[in-house]
Amino acid sequence: MESKNLNGRVLKNRVMKTLFFSATVIALVFLVLLFYRVLSQGWGYLNWNYITSFPAPYPEEAGIWPGMIGSLMLMGVVAVVAVTIGISTAIYLEEYSPKNKLADFIRVNIQNLAGVPSIVFGLLGLTFFVYLFGIGYRLLAGGLTMALLILPVVVVSSQEALRSVPTEVKEASYGMGASKWQTIVRVILPAALPGILTGIILSLSRGIGETAPLIIVGAATAIYTLPDSLLSKYTVMPIQIYKWTARPQEEWQFVAAAGIIVLLIILLLMNAIAVWIRNKYQTRY
Amino acid sequence: MIEMQNKAQTPKNQSTEKKTEKVPNIYEVDDLNLWYGNDQALYEINMDIPQYQVTAIIGPSGCGKSTFLKTLNRMVEMVPIVKTTGAIRYGDQNIYEDKYRVEDLRTKVGMVFQKPNPFPKSVYDNVAYGPRIHGIKDKKTLDQIVEKSLKGAAIWDELKDRLDENAFGLSGGQQQRVCIARALAVEPDVILMDEPTSALDPISTAKVEELIQELKKDYSIVIVTHNMQQAARISDRTAFFLNGELVEYQETDQLFQNPEDKRTEDYITGRFG
Repeated sequence: MESKNLNGRVLKNRVMKTLFFSATVIALVFLVLLFYRVLSQGWGYLNWNYITSFPAPYPEEAGIWPGMIGSLMLMGVVAVVAVTIGISTAIYLEEYSPKNKLADFIRVNIQNLAGVPSIVFGLLGLTFFVYLFGIGYRLLAGGLTMALLILPVVVVSSQEALRSVPTEVKEASYGMGASKWQTIVRVILPAALPGILTGIILSLSRGIGETAPLIIVGAATAIYTLPDSLLSKYTVMPIQIYKWTARPQEEWQFVAAAGIIVLLIILLLMNAIAVWIRNKYQTRY
Repeated sequence: MIEMQNKAQTPKNQSTEKKTEKVPNIYEVDDLNLWYGNDQALYEINMDIPQYQVTAIIGPSGCGKSTFLKTLNRMVEMVPIVKTTGAIRYGDQNIYEDKYRVEDLRTKVGMVFQKPNPFPKSVYDNVAYGPRIHGIKDKKTLDQIVEKSLKGAAIWDELKDRLDENAFGLSGGQQQRVCIARALAVEPDVILMDEPTSALDPISTAKVEELIQELKKDYSIVIVTHNMQQAARISDRTAFFLNGELVEYQETDQLFQNPEDKRTEDYITGRFG
């Protein structure tokens, strides 16, 4: 068969390839610019003193310590709450719930929740945790709010992990007279755990960078003591950074940039752990 | 052509049922109907399954033979939309009664699946899985069960030094025999096999077939197979299913040499299926 317009087709392919390549480059360029700006501004201020100091009136003395501890404690609350509720929900939806219209409706809406803007969760947290439950502008209220925020993502990713366990393996367990719970504990959860953990860590790393809902539920913009309980005043890194960038003097921008570096390092560490867990424990069927 | 076969239908084989009376039955299936949603998959199945024999179920794809096998341990209920009517008596109890516990049934009735499905665990943990879920914790007892079961599945000699290896690393034939050992470890009375050799090479198939002959001394075996030669080689009785109906159920020799039903004859002589 005579191929028509061969040169034209080959040329078109080249043009498209170039276009796609340029798109990739644009994304990369901005990422590199971002890193360059943050690193060049913040590197000079980033030292051990910066990490272990409290906010101060002079840029040279300011540090991110309470924000970092606040963020980590907040993530502790979020992890406990979101993990227990999230995994339980996923197990119920995937293994126990009858497969009917109601269950489908619930499933779809949990996915929708994952797309709700974070500020809406902030308003929810303000209404319920801060006022209705009377927790006030405290760490616990922030943690619960943030747990709600990432809960849908935890549920959806856990569901996907549970669903990826092959039916044949479940059948093998049921076929020997195992109850549903025995099958879940001994076969399904161990096989799904790497996927579930990966999902949880990635959700947490989304949570640790969130700012908007915490401003609403009252994370302090500056504190000079460490939070020592769930009912302490607290701040988190993104809010601390936000507060520094709002100051007019140029040096504070550098202090903020150093904070961003710390935040990025923690985020990258969390993602690295997620990847490591996935690679180490993944069972291949 | 199918219409012609339907016209040639002879009355159900009452004559052969009398022959089974000498052997006690492990299952008695009465008027079993089964639907997936609104699609009926099994029609009025009546079938007695004898103890300590190999009963083969043959038929073309989609004839309901696997579905029927899975009704015997109620594994068919893994599909949520399944409905059944009729009764399957195991011992003297109807396993479809509400109060009958599936966990209890599946302890007495083991199953080996089409695709080898070991857990992603060691050979030892695979075989010890069943005893463990039934509450056996003592290491010595478990060791004995594992050894006995692997010997029972004729794979002990091959694997006795590799008990800690992940079962996923074994060959397909070894995996399937580990799965058989895993089923034996619960000490069932019946073993259901759903095309257990269809994913295996001829040598592994021969080993599994040989094993089935060995196992029928202590277990009642029901095996679904798409391979008629296999049914002829290993089974005592054979049931031929077509479009969800039990067309003919006979002594295996009788069914293959002198089928009563025209449709059975057409199937075993390769005219369809």
